Amino acid sequence: MIEAIFEKFFQHYNFWAAVVIIFIGIYATIAKNNLFKKLLGLNIFQTGIFLFFISLGDIGSLETLGIGDATPPIIWKPAEERGYLYVNPLPHVLILTGIVVAAATTCVALALLIRIHKEYGTLEEDEIIELEAIRGD
Amino acid sequence: MINTVVEQFPALIVTTGVFSAFTILILGLLSRKICYYIVLIVTAFHFILSIFTLQHVLTKGRIHYWFGGWRPPWGIEYVVDELNAYSLIVILFLGLLGIIFAKRSVEKEIEERKLPTFYTVMQLLISGCCGVVVTGDVFNLFVLAEVASLSTYALIAIAGGKALRASYNYLILGSIAICFYLLGIGFLYAVTGTLNMIDMRIILQNLYENKMVHVGFVLVLVGLGIKAAVFPLHTWQPDAYTYAPSAVTLIMSTVVAKTFVYALIRLIFSVFTVNFLELYINAWNLVPWLMGVAIIVASILAYRQNNIKRMLAYSSIVNVAYIVLGISFFNSQWSLSGALVNILNHAVAKGCAFAAVGAIVYKTGIKDVGALAGLANKMPYTSGALLISMLTLIGIPPSAGFVTKFYLAIGCLEMQNYLMLAIILLGTLLTLAYFLRVIEQLYFREGNSTQKEEVPFSMLAPTMFLAILCLAIGIFWLTGIPLEFLKKSITSMGVIFR
Repeated sequence: MIEAIFEKFFQHYNFWAAVVIIFIGIYATIAKNNLFKKLLGLNIFQTGIFLFFISLGDIGSLETLGIGDATPPIIWKPAEERGYLYVNPLPHVLILTGIVVAAATTCVALALLIRIHKEYGTLEEDEIIELEAIRGD
Repeated sequence: MINTVVEQFPALIVTTGVFSAFTILILGLLSRKICYYIVLIVTAFHFILSIFTLQHVLTKGRIHYWFGGWRPPWGIEYVVDELNAYSLIVILFLGLLGIIFAKRSVEKEIEERKLPTFYTVMQLLISGCCGVVVTGDVFNLFVLAEVASLSTYALIAIAGGKALRASYNYLILGSIAICFYLLGIGFLYAVTGTLNMIDMRIILQNLYENKMVHVGFVLVLVGLGIKAAVFPLHTWQPDAYTYAPSAVTLIMSTVVAKTFVYALIRLIFSVFTVNFLELYINAWNLVPWLMGVAIIVASILAYRQNNIKRMLAYSSIVNVAYIVLGISFFNSQWSLSGALVNILNHAVAKGCAFAAVGAIVYKTGIKDVGALAGLANKMPYTSGALLISMLTLIGIPPSAGFVTKFYLAIGCLEMQNYLMLAIILLGTLLTLAYFLRVIEQLYFREGNSTQKEEVPFSMLAPTMFLAILCLAIGIFWLTGIPLEFLKKSITSMGVIFR
């Protein structure tokens, strides 16, 4: 019983890792008071998603159905002769795009944070809200 | 010959839009004046192309454009059917009017040195939205939605001050939304192995019981729900609308909001289909209830606002709730028609309202409802436009807003959901209650100045044009000519009535 659970866990350990990273990221994004830490949380969240996507591309061999057996997607005669499977390259390409998008988001967010810091002199959200209340509309 | 040319238009709109954005950035170094005219001409050109696209779709059928000649499901495909073409026209038309309005408004609200970048980002925003609408590929939708979203964050923040925090909140929530969407399509990709919408729809048909599909559906729904400001997920929206520059609020409330509502409809009906919803009808039945709560709560919140832009922002949440209520009764053709009709109606009415408010802010700097007293004497045309747009949002016949509520009411009757019918009527009354405060201030209170002062023509013209359209569109829907078109759009979504 316990062995079976362990086996299930370790067969898909990268998915478990993705889940953990995603939740750490979401927690930080929502719960942190500092605006910069929120951004870090968002980045962690995105990294978790990237790990999830990349794991999708990995194909196990037919016997084990595990992960990590497939070769990189390069056409190579000996590998074909031995019947190796290739990793699906499409999720990698998608994530390449995803990383660019995440970098762009981070850039915009950092630019905004610089403006906010210039305006209020702090990045703590509660302090900013207090300052806003003092200033009025 | 002409047909094959029209088939290039969807791709042309997006690519020339992005190209023009960077042209503006470079030419902006030479002359700041030229930027505005480039955006104006390019968007007008895109609007004309979108009309040809709709005409082609209506006469010759769907447009499929394969990027680089790669056939789907391998390549990226742009698909345009009736629903797309309709949304594309709505978006480009409101975008065009928004840009005409923006010129003078932006000159006053934004520093002159920022204008080239402002128009660059504006062009990127509109191209991104067009891209979301025409694409037939879920991942491409993600990328273009992110183009549109990032532009929106920048445009809100350009106002400075409180807009910075509003923009940052939107950025965090919007990025979480987009990440949820990405995670959702990750799940769907894992089970279907495709990213093309039509292909995914076919493969999903046998997989409705799969748990991965359920998770994917919920994630996609929540992600796009945050972007479209569907009720419990709307928290970023009032701040963003209130503190953004007037012209940006106008574009956001029409172009961006409608884009994501479209994406929501497309994903629910074209990828997951009605059969999937019917399989889990008990869970799906929560949606109309939630929207009923949304209509009442958002209306009450709108009533409590003093800032007029914030009041209109909450009214937008109510209207998105009407659209989602419409699509939640997917068995009734009237109800779905009501949702589709409201995409145009709400865009026109809210565009008109935000344009009028922008004009008032431009001339007087008034932001609160209480300070509006006697403005009808001072700015008769703008006040008139605001009045018409508010009557439309309330739903006085024969305005466009009436048609939405009429269709939805018939839909509720068809579904025998009388409570929802009562909620629609209650929503109308609540809308009347909060807009009556504004109308009372405008028309029935004495102001201190009676001197007429109108805004420049380039701001007044789009406002008045939208106000006339509020009524014209309502009458046009009521004539019954477009019913055939609406039915076609609903069929193109993939809904087939028994």
